[in-house]
Amino acid sequence: MIEPLAEKLADLLRQVSGYIYPNEIEVHWSILIVVYPYLTGLVAGAFILASLVKVFNVKEVQSVYRLALLTALAFLLIAPLPLLLHLGHPIRSYEIFLNPNFTSAMAMFGFVYAWYLMVVLLLEIWFTYRRDIILWSQREKGVMRWIHRIVALLSTDVSDEGVVFDKKMVKAITIIGIPSAFLLHGYVGFIFGSIKANPWWSSVLMPIVFLFSAIVSGIALVILLYMVITPFRGGKIDMPCLDKMSSYLFYAVIVDFSLELLDFIHRLYQSEESIKILSEMVMNKLFISLGIIQVLLGMLVPLGIMVSIKLFKFQDELRKLMYFVSVILIQIGIFATRWNVVIGGQMFSKSFRGLTAYKMDITGLEGLLTTLVLLVLPFFVLAILVKILPPWDTTEQARSTAHAR
Amino acid sequence: MDRRKFVTKLSFLLVPGGVIGTFLKNASARAAELYNPSKHYYGMGIQVNKCIGCGRCVEACKEENAVPKDPFYFRTWVERYLIKKDGTCTVQNIDGRISGSVETGNEKEIMRSFFVPKLCNQCDNPPCVQVCPVGATFKTEDGVVLVDDNRCIGCRYCIQACPYGARYLDPERETADKCTFCYHRITKGMLPACVEVCPTQARIFGDVRSSASPLTRFKRMNKLHVLKPSLNTEPKVAYSDLDGEVR
Repeated sequence: MIEPLAEKLADLLRQVSGYIYPNEIEVHWSILIVVYPYLTGLVAGAFILASLVKVFNVKEVQSVYRLALLTALAFLLIAPLPLLLHLGHPIRSYEIFLNPNFTSAMAMFGFVYAWYLMVVLLLEIWFTYRRDIILWSQREKGVMRWIHRIVALLSTDVSDEGVVFDKKMVKAITIIGIPSAFLLHGYVGFIFGSIKANPWWSSVLMPIVFLFSAIVSGIALVILLYMVITPFRGGKIDMPCLDKMSSYLFYAVIVDFSLELLDFIHRLYQSEESIKILSEMVMNKLFISLGIIQVLLGMLVPLGIMVSIKLFKFQDELRKLMYFVSVILIQIGIFATRWNVVIGGQMFSKSFRGLTAYKMDITGLEGLLTTLVLLVLPFFVLAILVKILPPWDTTEQARSTAHAR
Repeated sequence: MDRRKFVTKLSFLLVPGGVIGTFLKNASARAAELYNPSKHYYGMGIQVNKCIGCGRCVEACKEENAVPKDPFYFRTWVERYLIKKDGTCTVQNIDGRISGSVETGNEKEIMRSFFVPKLCNQCDNPPCVQVCPVGATFKTEDGVVLVDDNRCIGCRYCIQACPYGARYLDPERETADKCTFCYHRITKGMLPACVEVCPTQARIFGDVRSSASPLTRFKRMNKLHVLKPSLNTEPKVAYSDLDGEVR
């Protein structure tokens, strides 16, 4: 293990330009740490979309409420995996909970995560589904009956009072949930933003930028899932629902773009000690991932598409295609955003005198293949969750009630 | 001198020698046993003008602390600054005998040139300690920042948080590592390996609170500076004759 690492570092050493501190040749936070904020961002974004639906009682988007919740859960369950795989001693990771250092943003994140999973997401899903699960278990036979009985925590109350209580609880959890989702991803931003040693990360805007990019990516993901799953199930895409979600996406992208632009202008205008090396890094190391993928393809093109949808009346089919292209571009763009933060923050020396290099492995624990597995895994988890807790029944109901009106 | 006289005289030397030797040995063992961290607060002074860039400190450190020999892991290193007349500054890492020669450049173009030894600054307000999620990195009572490699989970957050690039991940143990001021030596009353081998005494180690020590004298006689003071890390490694180009 050590020999290949030494060879790899020796190879990287040849790609260094300028002067870097000798210990800086190894890029310590690799692609796995890019995946981690990307996944947590999707969680926070999907949950915030679900919460918007509940809190503001947006009728058009009711049909994706449950899907958004399950998506958030599926991605949240996988989110710690890249962190765990990245640790030198994953077996000691429980120390974060048993012996946390209270001044460490990373240690506190463990608790934010646990709070969000246990108190917010699982509870909200349980109260949302409770009555349905009981009804399903009564109808079913065999394994599914038992799975549903266990998931319902052996609750059997389907009375109206019970349902009223469920609704109250969902409302209460949602109200706690929104700040919690903000906290979850804002906190990921804080993990980076609070590192004063690194001028690329150290910014008070970091948590807010992370949060809005999370909302953007989460909404885009739910739209994507909705557009892919609905035709597969033989259903028809509900255009008012799609328009409404895309509208939210549009506003979120505008806020996200403005914040990132503000950060950029602020840095340029302040022109601090690190500005020379950061500019050099952006122009050389991050030109494609930041300039082309994140800003142009991931933000400006989707913004252009969405503005044109708002300005002109396109046919439904064309609109669907345009939305589809936008959300895929946005996903790629947000992944590039995470890349540019995490990898970008390690591409320059803290001596501000040189640039280092990162070469992603293909195989291995921190390689491309692991990354792809980690990115696909949440969809498998989601498939299992959807099997156990189908989010559709209410979809049909909502649609029929909408039609009845 | 006949044989009898010689042996008699030698025994006069050997016996007290043995007694003194045993006494010294016991004394050093007792010093280690009796070591009271609350009585010390360590720091280091570096006289930039005295460093000749021989790299012996780098080698001694690697030997003493079993730092991997590859040129990617250093508890201490020496930077060579070449500032040319056109104002450009190039920096090179002097890593002992690992990578061999250094570029000298055209002598006529050079305005000034000097060496700067670097190591963990043993900050009084250490960002690495602040960010460690499990408290594996901690500040001792005598002011040294250490890593407990039985507790470190290898998340590398401390490496990111160190503004001086003083930390690395030990490739065998997969835990964070850095300069300890040779804690195993200083608690026995010895000097850190780098200080001991420095042929020009460019490095001065001691107790920052002591009223009479080489470190105190160094602090009294020189104008001092620390690295990256704006980050408020409060380093306990102080430099004299430090150039503004050094970061």
